[in-house]
Amino acid sequence: MEQFIEWITQPWPWYVAGPLIGLTVPILLLVGNKSFGISSSLRHVCAMCVPANIPFFTYNWKKEMWNIVFVVGVLLGGFFATTFISNPDTIVVAESTQQDLAALGITDYSKLLPAEIFNWENLFTGKGLLFFVIGGFLVGFGTRYAGGCTSGHAIMGISSLQWPSVVATIFFMIGGFLMTHVLLEPLMKMVGF
Amino acid sequence: MKVEEKVKNMQPVECEAPNMQESKDGLLKYLIIGILFGTVFVKAEIISWFRIQEMFRLQSFFMYGVIGSAIAVGALSIFLIKKFNIKTMKGETVNIPKKEFRKGQIIGGFIFGLGWALTGACPGPLFAQIGSGFTVILVTLVSAIAGTWVYGRFSDKLPN
Repeated sequence: MEQFIEWITQPWPWYVAGPLIGLTVPILLLVGNKSFGISSSLRHVCAMCVPANIPFFTYNWKKEMWNIVFVVGVLLGGFFATTFISNPDTIVVAESTQQDLAALGITDYSKLLPAEIFNWENLFTGKGLLFFVIGGFLVGFGTRYAGGCTSGHAIMGISSLQWPSVVATIFFMIGGFLMTHVLLEPLMKMVGF
Repeated sequence: MKVEEKVKNMQPVECEAPNMQESKDGLLKYLIIGILFGTVFVKAEIISWFRIQEMFRLQSFFMYGVIGSAIAVGALSIFLIKKFNIKTMKGETVNIPKKEFRKGQIIGGFIFGLGWALTGACPGPLFAQIGSGFTVILVTLVSAIAGTWVYGRFSDKLPN
């Protein structure tokens, strides 16, 4: 039992996590003929709460309730895993990444997200504006414009051999590389890091 | 515009479920699948901003391993489902909506990538981060919903 607890509280390796995530594809298909995709849930929230007669949001969102319930489950799963089987040790991050991030003023590895950025005190500052408000907006706007995110395009789309999803995934990566290697440092300096 | 075309345009562009609304009991299974999925996100530390930084800095294989093996398992599953014509629990034929190429996959994909590197999260991990106690991510989520709304509001004016 102790061994089991020790095993389950350790961070899971990629070759356990990746296949488990991949299994979500056939599970959703076989359980209810649903295509794996998470960013659509954001659209369903819009359709549910503020459709404002916009054609893009006037559809039968009740049909898509499963997607909302699914993401509520993801939130609860995050809670359970963190509360009951979380890793007691600090996260192991590549040496080179630590060096790069130290140059940006990020040195706190006590949590899964750097405390220097992700805290409520930052909300009404340039840091909060950049990482929460602008970051979130880009994720929501971009995924809907692209018609999917990492789950809908990179995993579900490529798994079902759809080339538009390969294109989308390539551009996800290009955007991410550009932000990380070119824009992040000046932007972080600008907001006071 | 013909009536059918109008109706067609009213449909969600992607990810529409091919079958009707589920009952409350029917929805419970998606809650359970979601909980398991969220657990994997936390246990493999995929929700960590640091993991996404490692990925975009090409300093760790971890996230490439996760996404790559997820695609491999997903692709093999879909291959088997099609090859043996495996039906859903309700006996339906499995339906995978075709994704049409649009400029949005380039422009929108690029914009999402910028946000992904900032927030350290795609939409799934956002939910798991909030559940893990990073409550300030609620602001990011509301902003992501706002971004989705703004796209919907102006989608007909954007290159598509």
